[in-house]
Amino acid sequence: MAVVTMRDAINQAIREEMVQQPEMVLLGQDIGAYGGTFGVYRGLFQDFGPDRVRDGPLCESATVGFGIGLAVSGIRCIVELEFMDFTTVAMDQIVNQAAKLHYFMGGQLTVPLVIRTPIASRMGMGPQHSQSLEAWFMHIPGLKIAIPSSPYEAKGLLKSALRDPNPVLFIENVKLYNRKGDVPEDEYLIPFGTASILRSGSDVSLVAISGTVPEALAAAEQLAGEGISVEVLDPCTLNPLDIETLANSLRKTGRMVITHDGYRTCGVAAEISQRIMEECFDYLNAPITRVAGLDVPVPSGPLHMDVVPNQQRMMAAVRHLMN
Amino acid sequence: MPVATENAIYKLLEMYRQMMTIRYFEENAIELFAKGLITGSTHPCIGQEAIAVGACAALEEGDSVLATYRGHGAAIAKGSDPKQLMAELLTRTTGCCKGRGGSMHLCDKKKGFIGTNAIVGAHLPIAGGAALAAKMRGANRVVLCFFGDGASCEGEFFETLNMAALWKVPLIFICENNGYAISVPTKLSQATPDIADRARGFGIPSLIVDGNDVREVKEAVADGVARARLGDGPTFIECKTVRWERHSAFSSGRYENPEEAQRWKTVDPIPRLERILLEEGADLEQINRERVAAQEVVNDAVQFALQSPLPDMDSIYEGIFAEA
Ligand SMILES: Cc1ncc(C[n+]2csc(CCOP(=O)(O)OP(=O)(O)O)c2C)c(N)n1
Repeated sequence: MAVVTMRDAINQAIREEMVQQPEMVLLGQDIGAYGGTFGVYRGLFQDFGPDRVRDGPLCESATVGFGIGLAVSGIRCIVELEFMDFTTVAMDQIVNQAAKLHYFMGGQLTVPLVIRTPIASRMGMGPQHSQSLEAWFMHIPGLKIAIPSSPYEAKGLLKSALRDPNPVLFIENVKLYNRKGDVPEDEYLIPFGTASILRSGSDVSLVAISGTVPEALAAAEQLAGEGISVEVLDPCTLNPLDIETLANSLRKTGRMVITHDGYRTCGVAAEISQRIMEECFDYLNAPITRVAGLDVPVPSGPLHMDVVPNQQRMMAAVRHLMN
Repeated sequence: MPVATENAIYKLLEMYRQMMTIRYFEENAIELFAKGLITGSTHPCIGQEAIAVGACAALEEGDSVLATYRGHGAAIAKGSDPKQLMAELLTRTTGCCKGRGGSMHLCDKKKGFIGTNAIVGAHLPIAGGAALAAKMRGANRVVLCFFGDGASCEGEFFETLNMAALWKVPLIFICENNGYAISVPTKLSQATPDIADRARGFGIPSLIVDGNDVREVKEAVADGVARARLGDGPTFIECKTVRWERHSAFSSGRYENPEEAQRWKTVDPIPRLERILLEEGADLEQINRERVAAQEVVNDAVQFALQSPLPDMDSIYEGIFAEA
């Protein structure tokens, strides 16, 4: 095991696959010598050169489109979109093209394309650079979605994404790039559709996504001191969603809190909650609770930290369920 | 008759048969739509056959083509089997896309027909990526992309011109300027009359051709293909043409000026090619033979499609994802 940051774990995964897949190409903006907006690509341009690490013009839509064109021609590609908010600009290519071509072309085309994009919430960058839009994409059949929260998950899931013949939206998080954790020295892959149990507990299941995970773990730790045993789970991928692991946890605890930075309305928590009810309604001792981003455009300035979930809100929700 | 001329006539007859195949194919599609056998809509390329046929005649088998929902002709010209295409229009399991695509989403990967797309302009960057793949592999292959005048107003059109020129990819842009985007005439949608001018702004060699003259289209495309194979990057060809009466078999809208509804007949590329053939020394019998052959191919395609089964719900969740 080595302790690395999430940024480096992602970089390692890409580097290893660039070596193993000699045709693989990276597209995006500022990905050349600059090393990517948040430094994830550091060193790749120097090592793999401008043909494979293609710094390009600012046009998210055509960049994803070019990625699809490469992919359907059999050349695997990663497109980096600098902030998740900019997926909006490439929405047609992601939703109407990448996600659907394999299906409606009767299986003739495959789209081995990974779109990497970071959520930049908790940074105070304001309404157009702070959004967690994962729920939009979870809505779309044909798109796989990974949303890791640790270096270990990030590397193993990205390696899987880079071996998958399907389009994968790989959602990172700027606040987590410096998060450190153990990563095996030997090659490993984490299959999609496997939720992580980050901490075992027996009273409440706390499902946390992306940037909420560190505070969820801190909340569980503090609640343990109050005699409440919290199980913390990270779904890791949203499509496929490992509802089985979440449901098994619920069967044990009878209570569930789901937390994410994404807006509360029609957020991922709404879907997970419904699925849990369909799976194991009889085991519920209390209504499932959401601790989500508030339904407001994310403000700039200090208030931004009050619109996303924090440890206090998570703990309040857990305590409420225990009463 | 000298061999050279005979060869030329043979090639023209071949193109004539393809154009007639497309014409009959589309006439049948309209009829099948009227009978409720094609759902949604169908967008005939009647009157624009010379562009599909002329352009694809300049390609080789390993080259790729992308087109729009009005791309049945492009698929036929690239060598797809009309049976599988017609079956796809009728969403039968024997269709090229197993009945999942329908009239607006055709694909025949084996023939290099990467497919048609129903989002205006969206296939342009995909074509760019396919051309980049061809360039990276150094296989001397080119990609050809058909699109309409309407698509030339979309952002992705400009994005793709820029990226294709920047990266010098072997891409031939074929703009089928038929004067209309559904009901909107180009004079209400285009700031400048010639779309080819836009490509020049990106440093892409571009020219305007009479899209109803199959020979002119073929020659222009052949030049572009040669340039692309030499590694000199994209070429832009604006083919001026005229759209058939309606946007699609579903549209109620007519031209704003009813006289225009008949205009295409005066420039119809098919009688025009017949005249050329006669001038070149072909006889009527030869022309008729190709016409009958085309008719038979399309009749067979329609029969094949009608006899093929529709997919059932058992398979509806299959193939959302490709298997690893
Ligand atoms: C992005 C998008 N906008 C609008 C439409 C609806 N639409 C379908 S065809 C069409 C006209 C396109 O005109 P043009 O590009 O000139 O091609 P033509 O139909 O004349 O072949 C429109 C607006 C669409 N399919 N996609």
